Amino acid sequence: MEFPTSASPQVIAGYTVPRVMFQVLLALAPVLAVQVYLYGPGPLWLVAVACVTALASEALALALRRRPSQAALRDGSVLVTAVLLALAVPPLLPWWLLVFGTAFAVLIGKHAYGGLGQNPFNPAMVGYAVLLVSFPLEMTRWPVPGPEWDALTGATALDALRTGLRQGYTMQEVRAGAEFGRLGAAGSEWVNLAALAGGAYLLGRRIIRWQIPVAMLAGLAVPAALAHGLDPGAHAGATFHLASGATMLGAFFIATDPVSAATSDRGRLLYGAGIGLVTWIIRSWGGYPDGVAFAVLLMNLAVPLLDRVTVPRIHGHP
Amino acid sequence: MNAATLLPAVGVAAGLAVVLGAALGWLATRLRADPDSLVERLDALLPQTQCGQCRYPGCRPYAVAIASGEAGTDRCPPGGEATARALATLLGREPRPVDPRYGETRPPQVAVIDEARCIGCALCLPACPVDAIVGAPRFVHTVIEAQCTGCELCLPPCPVDCIALLPSPGEAYRACTAPASA
Amino acid sequence: MHRAGFRMSARPVLRGGLRLESHKARPLEHSVQLLPAPSIAVLALDQGSGEEARAVVTPGTRVRVGTRVAAGIGAAADLHSPVSGEVRAVELRPTASGQGTCIVVASDGRDEREPGLAPLNWSTLDGAALLEALAGGGLAGFGGAAFPTAGKLALARVAGVELLLLNGAECEPWICCDDALLRERASDVVLGTRVMLAACGATRATIALEDDKPEARAALEAALAAAGDARLAIVVLPAVFPLGAEGLLIAAVTGREVPTGALPPEVGVVCQNVGTAAAVARYVSAGMPALTRLVTVTGSGVRRPANLEARIGTPVAELVAACGGYGDTPPAARLIAGGSLTGRALATDAVPVTKGLNCVLVATAADLPWREAQVPCIRCGDCAAVCPVALLPQQLHRAARADDLAGLARFGLTDCIECGCCDYVCPSAIPLTAGFRAARERQQLHEAERRRAVETKARYERHRRRQGEQAEAERRAFEAARRRAQSDGAGRA
Repeated sequence: MEFPTSASPQVIAGYTVPRVMFQVLLALAPVLAVQVYLYGPGPLWLVAVACVTALASEALALALRRRPSQAALRDGSVLVTAVLLALAVPPLLPWWLLVFGTAFAVLIGKHAYGGLGQNPFNPAMVGYAVLLVSFPLEMTRWPVPGPEWDALTGATALDALRTGLRQGYTMQEVRAGAEFGRLGAAGSEWVNLAALAGGAYLLGRRIIRWQIPVAMLAGLAVPAALAHGLDPGAHAGATFHLASGATMLGAFFIATDPVSAATSDRGRLLYGAGIGLVTWIIRSWGGYPDGVAFAVLLMNLAVPLLDRVTVPRIHGHP
Repeated sequence: MNAATLLPAVGVAAGLAVVLGAALGWLATRLRADPDSLVERLDALLPQTQCGQCRYPGCRPYAVAIASGEAGTDRCPPGGEATARALATLLGREPRPVDPRYGETRPPQVAVIDEARCIGCALCLPACPVDAIVGAPRFVHTVIEAQCTGCELCLPPCPVDCIALLPSPGEAYRACTAPASA
Repeated sequence: MHRAGFRMSARPVLRGGLRLESHKARPLEHSVQLLPAPSIAVLALDQGSGEEARAVVTPGTRVRVGTRVAAGIGAAADLHSPVSGEVRAVELRPTASGQGTCIVVASDGRDEREPGLAPLNWSTLDGAALLEALAGGGLAGFGGAAFPTAGKLALARVAGVELLLLNGAECEPWICCDDALLRERASDVVLGTRVMLAACGATRATIALEDDKPEARAALEAALAAAGDARLAIVVLPAVFPLGAEGLLIAAVTGREVPTGALPPEVGVVCQNVGTAAAVARYVSAGMPALTRLVTVTGSGVRRPANLEARIGTPVAELVAACGGYGDTPPAARLIAGGSLTGRALATDAVPVTKGLNCVLVATAADLPWREAQVPCIRCGDCAAVCPVALLPQQLHRAARADDLAGLARFGLTDCIECGCCDYVCPSAIPLTAGFRAARERQQLHEAERRRAVETKARYERHRRRQGEQAEAERRAFEAARRRAQSDGAGRA
C-alpha cells in the first residue's frame, strides 16, 4: 500500500498568526472601554476610522506590490496597528488626521519595508510620530475628564508637570492641578490600569513574554525613583510615571510588537530597558510630553546591534 | 552678529576641520588594508576554474585586477551570481550581476573526450590549465573527470573536435538542493 | 502560548522543549505480542546508521536463524538472518531511508538455528575479550541510530568513561516500546547493563526514565533489587520532548554538555538505549545475535495498536496486519517510521523492520494537525524559546533563505538536532526544520566545492610552473643552438 510523504516534523501545534492578533485585540478592549467611559464615544469612532483606513491601505499596498491580498488581509496584523494608533492619539483628534496617520503607518511604516515581518520600525509608532511632528497642536490637546468634558481641553498631566516645574512651581503645587489624579494623570491612570489588565491577560495566555514589559517598566521606574529620591522637587516619582501617558499601553502592546523588537531573551531585556530609560529621559528633559513613541522608534534602530551582541550561548559551545 | 562673535566660531570650526582631517588622513595610512591579503581573500572566493573568460590568464590575475581596481566584480561566469555578490560584499561595493559579455553562467560541466575519434595529437594537453588530461603523443587521451573544471580551454586546440562538455555528475544532486527562490 | 496539547517546559532540567500530550496508552493495554516469522525477510544492509554492511552471501546460499549474512564495517554492524531458508536475491528494495541494498531471504518455515551458538560466560572475560565477543552479535543502537554497540563501547573504554547512561526516556508522544520492554523484561535490561559496564569499563550505570512510566519504573526497581548491583541506579526525569536526545539527556542527568562536534566519551559518559541493553542480554544468555526488536504499532489509522516483537526484515505491512490492519474510517493519512516529530514518512508499507525502527505510526489527519498556509515570519521568538539547544531558529531561517553561509555558521546550524520543536510552535507554520536540513546539505556541498577549488588551484600553479620551466628550457636550447650556429658560421666563414 502506498502513502503520501512529507518532511518531519509531521505535526505542529496549529497556532496561527490571526489567532495571536485576535487575542491582542481582545486584550485592548478594556483600554477602549475606559477611554469611552472617560472621553465619550470619540475613541470608538476613531478606532473604526483607523481600521477601515488600515485595511484599505493594506489592500492598496498589496495590489501595488502585486501580492495576493486574501491571506495577508485576513491575518489581522494591520488591525492591531490601527487600533493601537487610534488608542494612542487624543480622542478628540479630527478623523481625517487619523486617516493620514494610519495610511502612513501601513504604507510607509510597514509595506515600504516589505510587508509583514519585514518592518524595522513599529508601524503604529511611525504613524504616531508623523502625526505628532506634523500636527503638534491637535496631537497634544487632551480633554480633561470631568462633568463638562466636552468643554475643556488642555494639556496632559505630563505636559503640565514639565511646564509647571519649568515655570518654577513646586511639585506640590503642580500636583494639585486638575490634570492630576491620585496615582498619575487624571484620566490616563485608568487607561493605564486597563492596559495593565490587558497586558496581564496576554502574559497569562503566553501571547507575549515577560521580558519586554518587565524590562520597560523597570527601565522607566528605576531612574524615576532614583531621580525622585535625589531631587523630589524636580522629578516625579516612579508611580506617577508608570500610571501616566502611554506607559502601560507601550509596555504591553507597543513595545512587544515582535517584528520590530529584538530576537533573543537577553536582547529583549535590553531593548525593553532601553525604551523605559529613553522614555524617562524624554519626559524629564525632552521636547515632547510623552516619550514612549520616540523611545520605541529609537530602540527599533538599536535592534540590529542588540541582535548581534546578544546571541545566546549554544548548547555545547564554550 | 559682529566680528567678536564670528571669529571664534569660524576659528573653532576651522580648527576642528584641520584636526579631524589630519586624524582621518593618519588613520588612512595606518589602517590601510594589506593589498596582498586582499588578493588572497578575493582569490579564495573565485571558483578556480582558470578558464580565462574574465580576459585574465587565470583566477589569481583576475583577483589582482579586482584588488587594483582595474576590473569589476562582474566578470566571472563560472562563479555565477553567488561569486559576484561575494566579491562585491568583500569590497563593500554594490553587487553587480555577471556581465553576459564575459560569458554565460552554466551549470557545472566536465569535458569528455570521445576516444573513438581522438587521434592522439597531444594538442589539448598543454591547453588544460589544471593538467586534467592524461595522454601522450599517439596515445589516446582522456580527461580525469574529478580534476576537470569545465573551463573549455581544451576545445579550440582539438583538430578533430572530439571533446564534448557534459553536465558534471554531481549536478543532479546539486539541483535538488538548490535554494528555493525567495 | 496556551495551546491544547503542550506547554513549554517549566522545569530547568531541559532548556526549552515541549510538554506534549501522550498517546501511549492504547498499545500498552496489552502485553507485547510475538509476531511469527515473515515468509520473506528483507534484510537491509543499512540498518539505520547510514552505512551499509558488506554482504557475505549470494543468491542461493542456505542460511539458518543466526547465520551471519553481512559483515560489519565502520558504522554498520554484522547482520544475521532471522529465518532459516535460502537467499533469494541481493538487490535494491524500498527501505526506511528511501531505498537500499537488501538481502532477501525466503523462509522455509522450519526456523532452524545456526549450530554453534552458545551462551557467553561474560563475567569471566576481561574488557577487551568481552568487546570482541560482543562484536559478533550484530548488536547495534536500538534507539534508532543503529551504531555498532561493540564499537561504541570500545571507544568508551579507550576514552576511560566513568558513567554508562541507559536511555529509557522515550520522549516521543506515540512511541512506547521501551516502556513495554521495561515493564516486561526489566531483568534483561539490568543484565545487559551489567554486561556493558564490564565491556566499557565504566564505574557506574544510570538508567534514565521519564516520569510518565510509573509501571516501568516499578518493574525496573524490582529487577535492580533482585540483581543487587550497587553500581546501577535509576534517575527519573520530567516527560519533556526531546529529552531522549543523547546530548540533552547527558546534560540533564550529569549537568555536563558534550562540546560541539565531540562525542559523549569526552565528558566521561557513554549512552545506550535500553532496547540495546536487552539485546545484549539475550546475546550473552542464549548466544542469539540481534534478530528481533520491539516495535510500537500505533496511530488512529490502525485497528488494534500494540507493541510487537518482530523479527528484523519483516515488512511493515505484516506488522500492521497483525494489529488488525488499516482502519477505514478515518483513512490513514501517513505511514511514519518513528514518532510524529522526528519520524520519517514512508511511501510504502513494503519497507522492512530494521534494528533502528522503533515505531510504526499509522496516522490519520486528526493525529497530525493540519498545517496552515505559510505566512511570513513575525519574529515572535517562540521558536527560540523552545529550542532545546539554545539556537535562534528565526535567524537561522533568514540566513538559510539568503544562503548566508557565514550567518548559518554563526548561529550554529551544525548544532541543530532536528527535533522539530521550532516547527511545532511556529504561528506562521514555516517549515523550519526542513529548511535547516536543506541548508546543511548545501553547506556540505559548498565545503566540498571549496576543497575542490583549493586542489584545482594547486594543480594550476604546478601547471604554470611547469610551463615556465619548459619555456625556460626551450629558450636556453634556442640560445645554445644559435650560439652553435654562429660559431659554426664563424668557423666556416
